[in-house]
Amino acid sequence: MIALLLRDLRLAVRAGGGFGLGLAFFLIVTVLIPFGVGPETGLLSRIAPGVLWIGALLACLLSLDRIFALDWEDGSLDLLATAPLPMEGIVTIKALAHWITTGLPLVLAAPALGVLLSLPPSGYLWVLVSLALGTPALSVIGTFGAALTVGLKRGGLLLSILVLPLYVPTLIFGAEVARRGAEGLAVQTPLLMLAGISFGTLALLPFASAAVLRINLR
Amino acid sequence: MNLTVRDLAVARGGVPVLEGLSFSLAPGRALVLRGPNGSGKTTLLRTIAGLQPAFAGEIEGAGERIAYAAHSDGLKSMLTVTENLRFWAQVFAQSDIDPALDAFDLRGLEDRMAGTLSAGQKRRLGLARLMVTGRPVWVLDEPTVSLDTASVARFAEAVRGHLAAGGSALLATHIDLGLDEAEALDVTPFKAAPRVSLEDEAFL
Amino acid sequence: MSIWEYANPVKFIRTTDRILPWVSVAAVLCLVTGLVWGYFFTPDDYRQGSTVKIIYLHVPAALMAINAWIMMLVTSLIWIIRRHHVSALAARAAAPVGATFTVIALATGALWGQPMWGTWWAWDPRLTSFLILFLFYLGYMALWSAIENDDTAADLTSILCLVGSVFALLSRYAVLFWNQGLHQGASLSLDKEENVADVFWYPLLVCIAGFVLLFVALVFLRTQTEIRARRSRALLAREGRT
Repeated sequence: MIALLLRDLRLAVRAGGGFGLGLAFFLIVTVLIPFGVGPETGLLSRIAPGVLWIGALLACLLSLDRIFALDWEDGSLDLLATAPLPMEGIVTIKALAHWITTGLPLVLAAPALGVLLSLPPSGYLWVLVSLALGTPALSVIGTFGAALTVGLKRGGLLLSILVLPLYVPTLIFGAEVARRGAEGLAVQTPLLMLAGISFGTLALLPFASAAVLRINLR
Repeated sequence: MNLTVRDLAVARGGVPVLEGLSFSLAPGRALVLRGPNGSGKTTLLRTIAGLQPAFAGEIEGAGERIAYAAHSDGLKSMLTVTENLRFWAQVFAQSDIDPALDAFDLRGLEDRMAGTLSAGQKRRLGLARLMVTGRPVWVLDEPTVSLDTASVARFAEAVRGHLAAGGSALLATHIDLGLDEAEALDVTPFKAAPRVSLEDEAFL
Repeated sequence: MSIWEYANPVKFIRTTDRILPWVSVAAVLCLVTGLVWGYFFTPDDYRQGSTVKIIYLHVPAALMAINAWIMMLVTSLIWIIRRHHVSALAARAAAPVGATFTVIALATGALWGQPMWGTWWAWDPRLTSFLILFLFYLGYMALWSAIENDDTAADLTSILCLVGSVFALLSRYAVLFWNQGLHQGASLSLDKEENVADVFWYPLLVCIAGFVLLFVALVFLRTQTEIRARRSRALLAREGRT
């Protein structure tokens, strides 16, 4: 299992694109927002937490189809299926690798991008906390979507259509934590809900992803 | 322990392609499957490897004893030869990759990226993976594709070594590997009677 | 005799062929009666005026939009557990019907919202939940049409339906938390004092019955079509092979 994780991370570093692409996309989205809504600081600082969440979510979505596609094409997925690893473990590791290569850099970059959007000082901590807690759920849910569409030609668009509605609860609670934090309100309830969603999906969704992957390998 | 197949039927896309197949493969022996393209050899091997459910019949002594190799080698072009091999060794909880490197003449290529290898070298690396699984039953689908004569001989040597060590091999290939331990099985007589797929059958 | 007998495609078609005309006629009767009664023979509401009459379309459509998804969830479970093809096809057949009901509920809601709330759309929890439900329908239908092998498609969409149901429920609570909303409480409930007046209530019940019957009729018809399409493909496959 560790070997699979290390291999995926090594591939992400060597093939490029892994770490960089999502991050660059996140940066571009954040830069484009002021062009769209105007440079007024008051407005920007009010929408900053939400924009950072949306940007992170879209950047995450962008790289989902790579979770299984490459392993599917070169036959690794077949070979992994015959290896002494449980399929549930494989999909969990895949989700973890996706989080480390995509989610974690986004979390770390978010405060820097907050500066561009004049995020209020009280907001930095909560944007960081909410993304750190919420992006693992995005990766796990995305892995389920990627498992559903593995092997489909033009699966990328379908993947977005399938995954985006599933992202709604995570987005709502995550952005709510960030917004309330930025406005200095109590964050406890949405924070607990966000944590609940993250741990719940992490505990249960790999079973669905593994079932779906087995069906697709059949 | 033998790999035993009893009255097996295998299906491609819900349509049975082979049926009534029985054989037993003892340790130290090899079985070469023969038959024209599309006769169901690949489907049979995938079923025995556990990648798809059997349509009917029983398979014994497979499961965790199978090392499977097909057309795609599962190699990562951005990893070196050693890294590719070591990864699979770790997945199968083995540590020693040196015998595999020796047996398939990969010495001198260890630090090359797999993507820079020739087709034949990639194939050899893919087959070397079998040796680091530590599993006794090799299930091989057209293993000699893109291998030159010398490499085929080397591969046959590796199979012979595996058999001598008490392993067994089930191969689908058109090339004569010159294995004394091998029997041939022509799958053509087991071609399934034409019929609609199982999914469609429910609607007739 | 077991209920699973109807899972046989031939038996299903034979039975529904007998029931379908009756259900269709009953649906038309209920809808015509309910709508005519509701639109022409009920008084205007003292606060909402004649706009209140949109409830004869809005409430039944919204009700069936949710029930259609629940029906898909049940039939998906039956497919996963018992692998009856008719069950999977019924789920497939119900999806576009449910999606259409969702659109009707959203559109009538917007028509009513404009005079009452002064806006076509508000990010009210109920409205938002229905919009999300519509997205789930879209994803479900897109997955069905993307996969060539029918059994694989049935397997994958069933699991998507299960997972989607959990997330749809989560979204409902998330949306409630996110915005408390303008929408009035449930207009119908058996245990609450505050309910719509009887004069609106009876024609509404007839309309709801009409929508339920319409849904049943459409799902029967569409399932029959799916079964016949599969059957003709199976026959062609047999011709081609022998």
